[in-house]
Amino acid sequence: MSTHSISKGCFVFKPPSKKRRVRQETASNSTERKNDSEDTELRFASCQSLWAQIKLETEKIQENLNKQLLDNLVSFLRRSHSEFQEKTTEWSCQMKSREIPTAALVLGVNVTDHDMTFKSLSEVLQDDITPYVALLEAKDCPGIKNLMQKLMGQLMNCCIDIDEDSFEDDSHVQVSQNKIRCSMTSLINWYKSVMKKTDSETTRKKRNSSSRHWQSPPVVVIFKDMESFTTKVLQDFIVISSHHIHELPLALIFGIATSPMIIHSLLPHSVSSLLCIELFQSLSCKEHLSTIIDKLLLTAWCPFKLGEKVLKVLINIFLYHDFSVQNFIKGFQLCIVEHFYSQPLSVLCCELVDAKKRVNTLSHNQCENIRRLPSFRRYVESQVSENQIALLTSDSFLKEVTQKLLEDLQLYHENYVSVLRCLHVFTSSLPKYPLGKQIRELHCACLENQVWETEEYESSLQLARMLNKSDLVTMLQQCVEIFVSSSGKEFDKTVEKLKEFLTQFQELEAEAFEEDVSVSSEKELQKKTDLYHLQKTLLELKESRRSKKLTKFEMLRFEVVDYIDSLVRNYLVPADHKTLYEVVYFNTASVLRGHLNAAPRTALHTALNNPYCYLKNQALKSDGGSISNKAPDICIAYKLHLECGRLINLVDWLEAFSTVVMAVEGPKADAASSDQVDHIIYARFIQAVSELIFLGFIKPSKQKTDHVARLTWGGC
Amino acid sequence: MSQPEGKVSGALEVKFVPDEAVLSHIADDADPVGNGSGVSGGEVYSFQTPKCSSKMAELASELAQTPGQSVAADHFKCPEKTAKTPQSSKRSGSNKVQQRSKKKEFLSTTPYRLRKRLAAPDSCLESESEYSASCSEEDDEEDQKEVSTVLSGQKTPAKATAAATSPPRNALAKKIKEEKMSSLVEEYFEAHSSSKVLTSNRTLQKLQTRRLNQKTLHDLLKKAPLAYAAEMKKLSQQHESLFSKWMLQLHLGFNIILYGLGSKRDLLEKFRTSVLQDSAHLVVNGYFPSITVRSILNSITEEVLDHIGSFRSPLGQLEFIHKRFKEDASLELYVLIHNLDSQMLRGERSQQILAQLSSLPGVYLIASIDHINAPLMWDQAKLRLYNWLWYETTTFNPYVEETSYENSLLGQQSGSLALSSLTHVLRSLTLNARGIFRLLARYQLENKDNTSYPGLSFQDFYQQCREAFLVNSDLTLRAQLTEFRDHKLIRTKRGADGVEYLFIPVDDSTLTDFLEKEDEDV
Repeated sequence: MSTHSISKGCFVFKPPSKKRRVRQETASNSTERKNDSEDTELRFASCQSLWAQIKLETEKIQENLNKQLLDNLVSFLRRSHSEFQEKTTEWSCQMKSREIPTAALVLGVNVTDHDMTFKSLSEVLQDDITPYVALLEAKDCPGIKNLMQKLMGQLMNCCIDIDEDSFEDDSHVQVSQNKIRCSMTSLINWYKSVMKKTDSETTRKKRNSSSRHWQSPPVVVIFKDMESFTTKVLQDFIVISSHHIHELPLALIFGIATSPMIIHSLLPHSVSSLLCIELFQSLSCKEHLSTIIDKLLLTAWCPFKLGEKVLKVLINIFLYHDFSVQNFIKGFQLCIVEHFYSQPLSVLCCELVDAKKRVNTLSHNQCENIRRLPSFRRYVESQVSENQIALLTSDSFLKEVTQKLLEDLQLYHENYVSVLRCLHVFTSSLPKYPLGKQIRELHCACLENQVWETEEYESSLQLARMLNKSDLVTMLQQCVEIFVSSSGKEFDKTVEKLKEFLTQFQELEAEAFEEDVSVSSEKELQKKTDLYHLQKTLLELKESRRSKKLTKFEMLRFEVVDYIDSLVRNYLVPADHKTLYEVVYFNTASVLRGHLNAAPRTALHTALNNPYCYLKNQALKSDGGSISNKAPDICIAYKLHLECGRLINLVDWLEAFSTVVMAVEGPKADAASSDQVDHIIYARFIQAVSELIFLGFIKPSKQKTDHVARLTWGGC
Repeated sequence: MSQPEGKVSGALEVKFVPDEAVLSHIADDADPVGNGSGVSGGEVYSFQTPKCSSKMAELASELAQTPGQSVAADHFKCPEKTAKTPQSSKRSGSNKVQQRSKKKEFLSTTPYRLRKRLAAPDSCLESESEYSASCSEEDDEEDQKEVSTVLSGQKTPAKATAAATSPPRNALAKKIKEEKMSSLVEEYFEAHSSSKVLTSNRTLQKLQTRRLNQKTLHDLLKKAPLAYAAEMKKLSQQHESLFSKWMLQLHLGFNIILYGLGSKRDLLEKFRTSVLQDSAHLVVNGYFPSITVRSILNSITEEVLDHIGSFRSPLGQLEFIHKRFKEDASLELYVLIHNLDSQMLRGERSQQILAQLSSLPGVYLIASIDHINAPLMWDQAKLRLYNWLWYETTTFNPYVEETSYENSLLGQQSGSLALSSLTHVLRSLTLNARGIFRLLARYQLENKDNTSYPGLSFQDFYQQCREAFLVNSDLTLRAQLTEFRDHKLIRTKRGADGVEYLFIPVDDSTLTDFLEKEDEDV
């Protein structure tokens, strides 16, 4: 069946129903198409399980990060309507309760991440505070009427959800929902009826069960994107509901992406004074990202690792494009998929125990794959010749060695993380942060090349040699903590050494009283009044200071820094120096960039300007900014149209086009067929022009007969 | 994938980082093929000043004369290439533009001077887009700070010296930038100030070639050999090797979007026939002129889900689809959309609904875009829903199918249709009515050179009709005009002064033809 039609735009194709398969099956099937000697299925499975694990982890992280915020919000809402609970009739209370309790929730500009936050927020609210939560979005509420409609729809639906057991009432409510007019009064009536019902219900249940919600739970309205709401709608809603606040315990939550000032610029004083606003700040997306990186990348549990370039691409997308943690995680997912898809040896990218098992079952092909790895080749070259032969010929020996190497790799990662954190403790407190403030920058630097050879590292070491004692001591203590908590077994000695340093520092403190020598010389200085003598003594002092041997503290400091340096040199070797790193590292950044951060305009422009990039034909090769006259028609037409201003005369264009095209075809056309050729060129021109219209470069113009208007870069 | 290796951004050496460096950094990252050097920012993004039409002919003859590939070898190669606009000194031989090009030269050398003085070591700065200059100046300081923290991982030791000398430089750069910006602004307004357009007045009508209809156009195009067929085939083979990967990624929750020059219809069709045969799928021709989101949703509910009945709103329909897909986990549907960015689908609401549809777990969307500004359709929220993976699939295939629906401006079936319909309708009217119409047509033709001609006001029209003894009261004229309006022969619009203006919404050449024919008849 074809999909060409002049009367239809949608075509549905359904397979015979018996052929319908389960989704999972086709998914694995699609990967199976490649030859199966490379454990495709297993790779797919491990990819899936790894992703599931990571997804779970990220969700947990997000939950933990939001916990504080949500707790604060919940307690605020609890507080907000306590007066209403107590049903006080005091005048002052009533005055105060004219105000609607409002939580301004500043969430930051990463709008795409907000959905998750709101989802968990409404879940928490429904669990702890009230069943009546409505989530409103600006795009659903162009007017106050739509807003009320949406609000009541959500509230009444959730009410139905609550008492599903009482069936008759249920249907009654549903009918009424369609009938009643959407106004505040009907909302209040609904609330009262619901309250009465729950009252009677709870009395029936002897008032002890279902006590999670109170007697009359507040109605919480969440405005997801406050900035996009029209001011009129917001103002009207607030004014109306403030009149009814006695009857309907309402609480608002504003989701704000920019700054809390927006409330005051959106609402005039008369309206904003009806709100009792409390500000809540969510964690900034940068911190969120740091936590994610900390928990996902800088841990040993996740067998999959990101290469330096890939990580940089992901971080750049985050910093320069969207600040969205969700997108970062999406990029991470893509990395996993790409890695498992393109690297046949990624089958070994799993827990060490499993990986060892899998090594044993590797096919001969896979063994060859291992031998082809550049890092493995380096390793082979470094071996003695008998070993070399064995590695290259015997599969079983290779497998043995591979297991060992994988173990080494795992160990390397464990040590790497601890030492990296330790180094970060030092570098993050240096002035000007030569190695970066964030641990991710340090991580990138370490992955990129041998960090101790960089100038930044050199300068940070120099700075570290000037640290004062108290800082140094606290840093050392932090390092000790890091090493103690790390899983690496090699660090017992390191911890001992660091502790030794700490005790030495303490000893120094004790000795400090004895070292009051330098003070005396200054006293000496004060005696001199003669300028000549003063100069002389100063010079002497300087001399002595230069030649003076270092104090004990300074010596110790040097020792500490040197020790840290040795740790770095030992453990922070870039990953690509490690054998078999290709198994767990994904480093093809160009693929990632192409898929996530594509530039369709550039691609289109390149194709039009320089078709040789795509069509590798020598005739198209050209240099400089111009194109060959043998280029495809659309390229020629495009090139010609670039020469024009706002409007283009089609006749001129056609003439120019045919000049170019004719020149290519040469003067072979004789007089008889020239008419025919003309027609063909004309048709080709029409096609090229309509393609340019289709691509959005030009549009037909009514301004002048037979003219088109340019739409891009100088057109409009 | 055969994409040439992307430029490595690691070697970026930025000392002090003004806006444009940030932009260029982004641009560098965004460069997918790594051959962005072929397209320098200045060339692409600069404003163009109106030029006389002889430019095009000149370029054409230049292109025609140069044999094959050694075209303009002496063309700019040096870095200041970006500073040059197409009408640089080389072509200023044409005396018509001498004045302008002189001025132009002055303007375009400014950035070069800036460059020389800065002597920036990285090529990124060279290819910065001209637009960057339009960024607000106040942001400079903050940006600098932020970027320096961002980029500090890549800082070089020269940083210290640069920091010491940067303030005066910065000031200088700022000054020059301001200058540059103001010149940009001038250029823009120069380009848009005059409503007069400097193009020749030739029209297609005077051309010997007769106008082609759709069919002959197709026949002719079939006769013309497709250039570079072998290379195109190679390209599409490359893309076809990705099919299994697409399937995998679709199943993992991503949606695929294809971009790049050339029709991607055949590619998607191949994908459909080779991979999707055994599963339910929906093909949507976005370029189809009367496609709507409603029709897409309808075909899902009616034909895929076998639901009989209608829905009040597309949102309700979407909810229904969502529910069905949630209930039945084995349900899956592949949606192929050719031209997601077409006229009919590019609206905000349509995109929102399609985005929501694509985010359903059982729905796999694979779509193509062609329009140069297509990515502007989506904001962050929609992008999140779509969850795109971008694939560059440049095919160079002609957009035959896609453009066939378009009322080609050169094919001109529209003109002939309008003319015949005009005469047909007019023939059924009374003599007086025809006279009234002719009067209006003539008046319009008399004013055809006046671009701000609003139409004929009703009062004037009535006066003229009375003088020609065509009507006797304004009521009869109004009745007549209503008739015209019903047949879409005339249109009215209210001017700024509240007066009703009448005009015939047909282009002038058709109108002239019509009048000639009428005169013959009478």
